[in-house]
Amino acid sequence: MHKKTAFSFPDEVLEHVFSFIQSDKDRNSVSMVCKSWYEIERWCRRKVFVGNCYAVSPRMVIKRFPEIRSIELKGKPHFADFNLVPDGWGGYVFPWIVEMAGAVPWLEEIKLKRMVVTDESLELIAKSFKNFKALVLSSCEGFSTDGLAAIAASCKNLKELDLRDCDVDDLSGHLLSHFPDTYTSLVSLNISCLGSDEVSFSTLERLVCRCTNLRTLRLNRAVPLDKIANILRRAPQLVDFGTGTYAADLRPDSYSDLAGAFSSCKELRSLSGFWDVVPDYLPAIYPVCSKLTSLNLSYATIQSPELIKLVSHCPNLQRLLVLDYIEDSGLEVLASSCKNLQELRVFPSDPFGVEPNVSLTEQGLVAVSSGCPKLQSVLYFCRRMSNEALVTVAKNCPNFTRFRLCIIEPRTADYQTLEPLDVGFGAIVQYCKDLQRLSLSGLLTDRVFEYIGTYAKKLEMLSVAFAGDSDLGLHHVLSGCESLRKLEIRDCPFGDKALLANAAKLETMRSLWMSSCAVSFRACKLLGQKMPRLNVEVIDERGPPDSRPESCPVDKLYIYRTVAGSRFDMPPFVWTMEDDPSLQLS
Amino acid sequence: MEGSVAYDNDLNLKATELRLGLPGTHDERQQQQQKPVSNVRNNKRPNGESEAQNETAPPPKAQIVGWPPVRSYRKNNSQPKKTESEGGAIYIKVSMDGAPYLRKIDLKVYSGYPELLQAIENMFKFNIGEYSEREGYKGSDYAPTYEDKDGDWMLVGDVPWEMFITSCKRLRIMKGSEARGLGCDI
Repeated sequence: MHKKTAFSFPDEVLEHVFSFIQSDKDRNSVSMVCKSWYEIERWCRRKVFVGNCYAVSPRMVIKRFPEIRSIELKGKPHFADFNLVPDGWGGYVFPWIVEMAGAVPWLEEIKLKRMVVTDESLELIAKSFKNFKALVLSSCEGFSTDGLAAIAASCKNLKELDLRDCDVDDLSGHLLSHFPDTYTSLVSLNISCLGSDEVSFSTLERLVCRCTNLRTLRLNRAVPLDKIANILRRAPQLVDFGTGTYAADLRPDSYSDLAGAFSSCKELRSLSGFWDVVPDYLPAIYPVCSKLTSLNLSYATIQSPELIKLVSHCPNLQRLLVLDYIEDSGLEVLASSCKNLQELRVFPSDPFGVEPNVSLTEQGLVAVSSGCPKLQSVLYFCRRMSNEALVTVAKNCPNFTRFRLCIIEPRTADYQTLEPLDVGFGAIVQYCKDLQRLSLSGLLTDRVFEYIGTYAKKLEMLSVAFAGDSDLGLHHVLSGCESLRKLEIRDCPFGDKALLANAAKLETMRSLWMSSCAVSFRACKLLGQKMPRLNVEVIDERGPPDSRPESCPVDKLYIYRTVAGSRFDMPPFVWTMEDDPSLQLS
Repeated sequence: MEGSVAYDNDLNLKATELRLGLPGTHDERQQQQQKPVSNVRNNKRPNGESEAQNETAPPPKAQIVGWPPVRSYRKNNSQPKKTESEGGAIYIKVSMDGAPYLRKIDLKVYSGYPELLQAIENMFKFNIGEYSEREGYKGSDYAPTYEDKDGDWMLVGDVPWEMFITSCKRLRIMKGSEARGLGCDI
């Protein structure tokens, strides 16, 4: 019975108040105020985010939040993006779908990242959730266009189908034809990752025509340039458009047709796609450039002069993804043209080449840091760097929230002084007090970790490769970074000492990944025994770790906190270190 | 293991020598290697490192797994089309007497004169007439001409196609009396 005091409100009132609180963090705080708030909150929570699908079981989530409408799950560790996690490691969504199909029939939205999704899972989704509205699959794999066809055919209220960066088994080009003729609710469609060469253009055009609420449309490479004009004319309300192949024979008709089609799209703010760009067709987008806030040219293999012309037309650009063909000269133009730039990602055109193929150096980064006062997020691949440049960048951009620098050759020193880049990265963490995410590269000693532990108090995610001298480096990070949630390390001389000394810290983090480091099997076992709320997974394709001496370093180690205990779906090359209650740390 | 022995370059025995080690390591030929990255019109992600390596020549040194940290689907950003004269496309300017601006076409796209002339007709919306060796372009007020490597203005169609595309620097569609003068017996 709910005791009413002068300070309490009826449940309905609290529930109404809570409905204005959307952020997960705030919801979690609300639920910890008292038992009655916990109860009220859990019945009215509509969205749940699970950052590690193995941290909790589906049954536990549904038991606590029976009325959810939206779930977001993440599976594999981030380094899976770079093939460091062997196939079959895990991250299967099926058990979640099964539980939810039975218990949460009103589920509307499923968002997955780095998970294995099967056609069976997709078919179960299509069958089970009558009001299903949004499927967002980011970097997922394991399914084919057959599973997607089931979604298209059954989900009458589907608004969003977004397959970003997925690995889809493309069995046919007829996915779009599975949307019934009566279906009109599409708002967002992203099929850019589909490989099929057959896309029925008439089906696409009819779909676009009847879905008048369509705001986001990202096509795949199979859609040629001459089909774009027709599509754009049928959807002038588009806000976000991804072209297919941006190449065609030069014909005056098709060029003016395309330019006309683009200019009819007054709401367009984001462009992407641009595979196989024929530069002469680029000016067709000039009519929309002045309003563009986001531009993804990271597949456009065009040279600096064309890129310069393009960015000069986009004064309101906030987000730019581009290949290093832009060169330092292009970044200087960017710095002077795009004063609203917040995010910049420069990808390598020739990541495995030993010699630089373009003139892109630290100078470009310095120029952008100097010219763009709102710059917050950077991902930059280059072949040389200096402490001086990094210090300049740090001072220019104290508002950085994400700074990821990849100097392509491991352990590259400051090219001017031949020293390690400790001081440069140290400046980054010292000046950028709100830094949440950092990726290091180049020649680095334990000293950089000392800086990070000392200054990076808001840092949530750190990526380290080929850096450091000893366990002291790891110790600085684990003991100093108060906000650390995710730490991923490869090829560093970090071993048992730092890990065992900071075992308790690991329970305050989502996960720790260490591969090709110096952590022994013995230390892994010890950690597993002492820390029951951690899953300590040893991943080793060489065979069982106990077939080697205990002091041997394990190949890969993935440690994450969990309330669900060991998982049951491990492949033969993954071992979870067992709990031993008698050895728990008090 | 045998010590390295100097092999006769012609026989290239070193290439067929059996030895331990990753492909590409200890390779004497450390200079720039050709990287024929396939420009496959297909978005299918390469299957991790192995496929990306199958599509390129052996690298000068052993590649590290997962480094640099680029996603598989970003690994195949082939080189852009080189400048007009090298490999790939051959872009040339096309002018037409009386037209306000020039156009550009890629000669490599066409397999012969009929296609090229058809394209130019479409581009500028006119009729080019019938070509004959004796009379040039009959039945039209226009004559397609080109500037060759020597700077001379030639009538399009006289030389074999392959020779034409390598020697053509620019195209000009002549009109009127100037055009009618060409091709006639002097």
